[in-house]
Amino acid sequence: MADLRLSALLAIPRRPWFWAFAASGLAYFATLSLSDGRGGGELLSAALTFAAFSAIVGIGQMFVITLGPGNVDLSIPATMTLAGTLSLKFMGGLGHLILPGLGVALAVGLAAGAFNYLLIRLLRIPPIIATLSASFLYQSLAIWSNRGLRIKPPEALADFSTGATAGVPNLTIIGILLALASWILLERSLFGRWVSAYGQNTRAARLSGVPVEFVRAATYIASAVLASLTGYLLASFSGGAALNMGAEYLLISIAVVVIGGCSIAGGNSNVPGIWGGALLMFLVVSMLNSYGFGAGVRLIMTGAIIIAIVAAASGKGRSS
Amino acid sequence: MNGKYRILLPVLSLTVLLAAVFYLQPRAMSYFGLNLLFNLAVPIALATIAQMMIMMVNDIDLSVGTFVSFVACVTATFLNDAPLIGVAILLASILAYAAIGALIHIRQLPAIVVTLGMSFVWGGLAVLLLPSPGGAAPDWIRTIMTVKPPFVPMAVVACILIAGLTHLLIMRSATGAILRAVGGNAQAVARSGWSVTKLKAGAYALAGLFGVLAGVCLVGLTTSADANIALRYTLLSIAGVILGGGEFTGGRVSPVGAVIGALTLALAGSFLSFMRLSPDWQIGAQGAILILVLAVRLIFSRRNRKWRTSDNG
Amino acid sequence: MEVATGAGGSKPDVPLVALSGACVHFGAVRALDGVSLTVRPGECVGLIGHNGAGKSTAVNVINGGLTPTDGSVHYAHSPETKGTGVVRARASGIRSVFQELSLCPNLSVLENLRVPHRDLKGIGWRKAAAERIAKALDEVFPGHRIEPGMTVGDLTLAERQMVEIAAGFAGGPSPARLVILDEPTSSLDASIARQLLEHVRRFCAGGGAVIFISHMLGEVFEVASRIDVMKDGKIIASRPASDFTQQGLIDAMGHVASEKTEARVAVESSQRIGDEVLRTSEGLNARKGEIVGLAGLAGHGQAEALARFFMSRSGNLRRVKNPDVAFVAGDRGRDGVMPIWSILRNLTLTHLPSLARRGLVSAEAERKLGADWKQRIGIRTGNLDNLILSLSGGNQQKVLFARALASTAPIVVMDDPMRGVDVGTKQEAYDMIRREAASGRTFLWYSTETDEVCQCDRVFVFRNGRISAELTGGEINEENILAASFQMQGAGA
Repeated sequence: MADLRLSALLAIPRRPWFWAFAASGLAYFATLSLSDGRGGGELLSAALTFAAFSAIVGIGQMFVITLGPGNVDLSIPATMTLAGTLSLKFMGGLGHLILPGLGVALAVGLAAGAFNYLLIRLLRIPPIIATLSASFLYQSLAIWSNRGLRIKPPEALADFSTGATAGVPNLTIIGILLALASWILLERSLFGRWVSAYGQNTRAARLSGVPVEFVRAATYIASAVLASLTGYLLASFSGGAALNMGAEYLLISIAVVVIGGCSIAGGNSNVPGIWGGALLMFLVVSMLNSYGFGAGVRLIMTGAIIIAIVAAASGKGRSS
Repeated sequence: MNGKYRILLPVLSLTVLLAAVFYLQPRAMSYFGLNLLFNLAVPIALATIAQMMIMMVNDIDLSVGTFVSFVACVTATFLNDAPLIGVAILLASILAYAAIGALIHIRQLPAIVVTLGMSFVWGGLAVLLLPSPGGAAPDWIRTIMTVKPPFVPMAVVACILIAGLTHLLIMRSATGAILRAVGGNAQAVARSGWSVTKLKAGAYALAGLFGVLAGVCLVGLTTSADANIALRYTLLSIAGVILGGGEFTGGRVSPVGAVIGALTLALAGSFLSFMRLSPDWQIGAQGAILILVLAVRLIFSRRNRKWRTSDNG
Repeated sequence: MEVATGAGGSKPDVPLVALSGACVHFGAVRALDGVSLTVRPGECVGLIGHNGAGKSTAVNVINGGLTPTDGSVHYAHSPETKGTGVVRARASGIRSVFQELSLCPNLSVLENLRVPHRDLKGIGWRKAAAERIAKALDEVFPGHRIEPGMTVGDLTLAERQMVEIAAGFAGGPSPARLVILDEPTSSLDASIARQLLEHVRRFCAGGGAVIFISHMLGEVFEVASRIDVMKDGKIIASRPASDFTQQGLIDAMGHVASEKTEARVAVESSQRIGDEVLRTSEGLNARKGEIVGLAGLAGHGQAEALARFFMSRSGNLRRVKNPDVAFVAGDRGRDGVMPIWSILRNLTLTHLPSLARRGLVSAEAERKLGADWKQRIGIRTGNLDNLILSLSGGNQQKVLFARALASTAPIVVMDDPMRGVDVGTKQEAYDMIRREAASGRTFLWYSTETDEVCQCDRVFVFRNGRISAELTGGEINEENILAASFQMQGAGA
């Protein structure tokens, strides 16, 4: 019995998500060492909060990427922006409209995901182009509906999104719950098998009775819904929906998926890795900030780290 | 089958768009007007060819935009003040591109992610060079980009030249054939004793070369540079290759199609401003145009498809 | 440049290639366990063996793709030290034509030649390439209709195979001296296969050499001067072809082919066949418990008809639990295998919705299904959790059969599933099909081997995408099938 536990423990470093978490830890301690260990709690709290946003969109992107080569959702930033803008506008700062506001955001995600899917299915447009073109449309809609006014979120919602329960930021709790649910869905459920089959060999999946169109539709819709949820939460957290609020999340969502160890070749997903990647992205940037590096160096370092992690953990010798 | 007819759709979309622009703005149908319409298309066309080189070997390059911005910054600073160093930096960047291609193949890394990381690197380097807009275009580049050939504006001449030369290189030469073979069946190429690593590095080096040309041309037109000047080129170049009939996998690309695709996209921008569309909707309209063109392509390809009876001869 | 007339100047005694005690180990697996094999000019060596016997490994050692971990490889025409194995082998005139096609579908036929023939470069290379391949095609397959400028992606599977084979025999930087053909006729129909066999005979008569790997024993006997039998990584028999019989070969490989039981089939069928269960728009129909075959020249619409039928009766969410039709793939890599998954997951895929409660898969039910079918269909593996790619080709095919049969679908559609599968697995599969038909399942079976088609209750022969004949019972024989396949071609209509 002890042998089994030991070998399970020793297998951990070979898991793709291990390095993301390990590197995050290193970045965290490197940052803390500058301030002689003070501010650790705030840093951790900030990391957990911002990583939650990256993780939630990352999970949505992961669903799509698992469908196989060529499947990427480039409309995530625009969907976030549109959902954040419309839901905040709808709520108008009123407390009793918080839950309906959430409903509006999710409805935006549903519509966006469905539209993306229809472009891909009916017009046979490659997903990269379809989601790209659609994102232009969503962005325009957001610009048109925003009209420059900065609407604040309802106070209760703003408090919730900036607050914590038992020391853990509320947004982190939501992020972890969603990660858990996604893990169960992908690893244990019928739908998860179908997604993996689709990603490995779509034609063979179809010939084996997997309802491939349903799987594809559900996945793109899920990604858009998760993006819209993030938009809703991010807008509430930031005190308003800015028109460029989603800009950086496109690259982050893809980076997080890959750092976490999902294979771009499809069929293989990795939920814990998403959180590892999300934490790493934030902590590296804040580490570089603390060390006084300017924007230029920060960008270069971020890029170098992404490449280094992918080169080390991915490529040949992936664990199944 | 579709092979020879693929180029028809890009040509048709460009023609339709051109006709629409002339209808809306008859004064555009002049030497001066054409030059204005297609001026900025030249760097976009070069960037699209760069993307095409990468797609030819089954990869995708998310760093085209930042790379071209970086080259623009180098051009506006070093190439202007210290040309030798500037040239050295640009050559080194092409080598860097080749190295990335080799790395991606040797370690079997996903290109989408490595180029994503590189986009951060190029972006950071650009910011270091020009934290705020500035620099100046070297005179000789300026001269080349503003030359005025008779009858046909420089922009059109340049695009025709680019399309023609890359067509010869990629579609007719032996080098082009073996590069495309890597995209079609890399295993077969390897089994015949070729070094796929070297071939991929070569394709990436070509992409780097065209990226450099794009950045240099861009500065020639805009006369100064900044770190974000060409960020939209990434998505534009992808769209351009696809509009031109190219595909993400399988090594099926068309240099002429890619240039036409780039021209179409550049034209769409002008078309929108002639339509006097509210700026709110301009970006959305670009998306709509892309969707429209691809929808038409679908209808065309459906008509062209015949059930192929077997002919064993 | 000479095409197929062989070595031109090689002495018949000097072997073109000689393996001496070659061993290839992949970890613990002994793919080649001490193989000594020589091929001399003028010889046609038939290489026979089970799936997993080591034939592909031996071929890869000969053409330089693999370096033996032990033992040696000598080539007659190439100095020892220069270049990698592949380069030396090619310089010695050794060419290989494999089962998995090595053409680039995005390039034209002549452009594809650039890949193996590295001397084609510079100005005018396209003309030289076109001439080379056209010459080779004319020599091996007279009467073909393939132009050098055609894009390979637009060619049919048979035409692609023809191009590959012609490229193998084509003149190049060094002439073709030894051509290795691995299942060359698997995608060719009878008349074209015949042309190839005749060319092989001519080539060897002219001083060339061929290594011929095929599961179609009749063909091997037609061309081979010598037959080498492989089993478990060793050559267990090597004698002139005339010393062997078909039965003797099969016995040597370790499988006992079961006797044809035609009488039994005839009696059985009248009892087992019931009412009509399917009818397609092109005229295909089948009754309950019937085994219906689709025959005719390869590529005349049979696979498309099957796919159309399958797609029309599946794919939406409502039919996942009780599917109407199940599919058995013939092209495993393209249509069947999930490469990252284990054997168990591959096996249970179609039936999975029935193993799930409230959306979650029951691990226990899955294991039970797997164990059940492992036994019923005879999958040779230690552990069903191993990756499916660890299995031999024949066993992978068994998993795909189990996937379809494990579902509740009353109709099973099979797309030439026995192609490239060893004789023993085939027999087991035929028995399984008959058993299932006896319990009421209907089979639509497309096969390119006449022997298999003759086992069916009814046969539809396809020609040019349409059904040209429907044969029942005693009418099902090779003559009638060929007649229905060929009829129109001579008349030029």
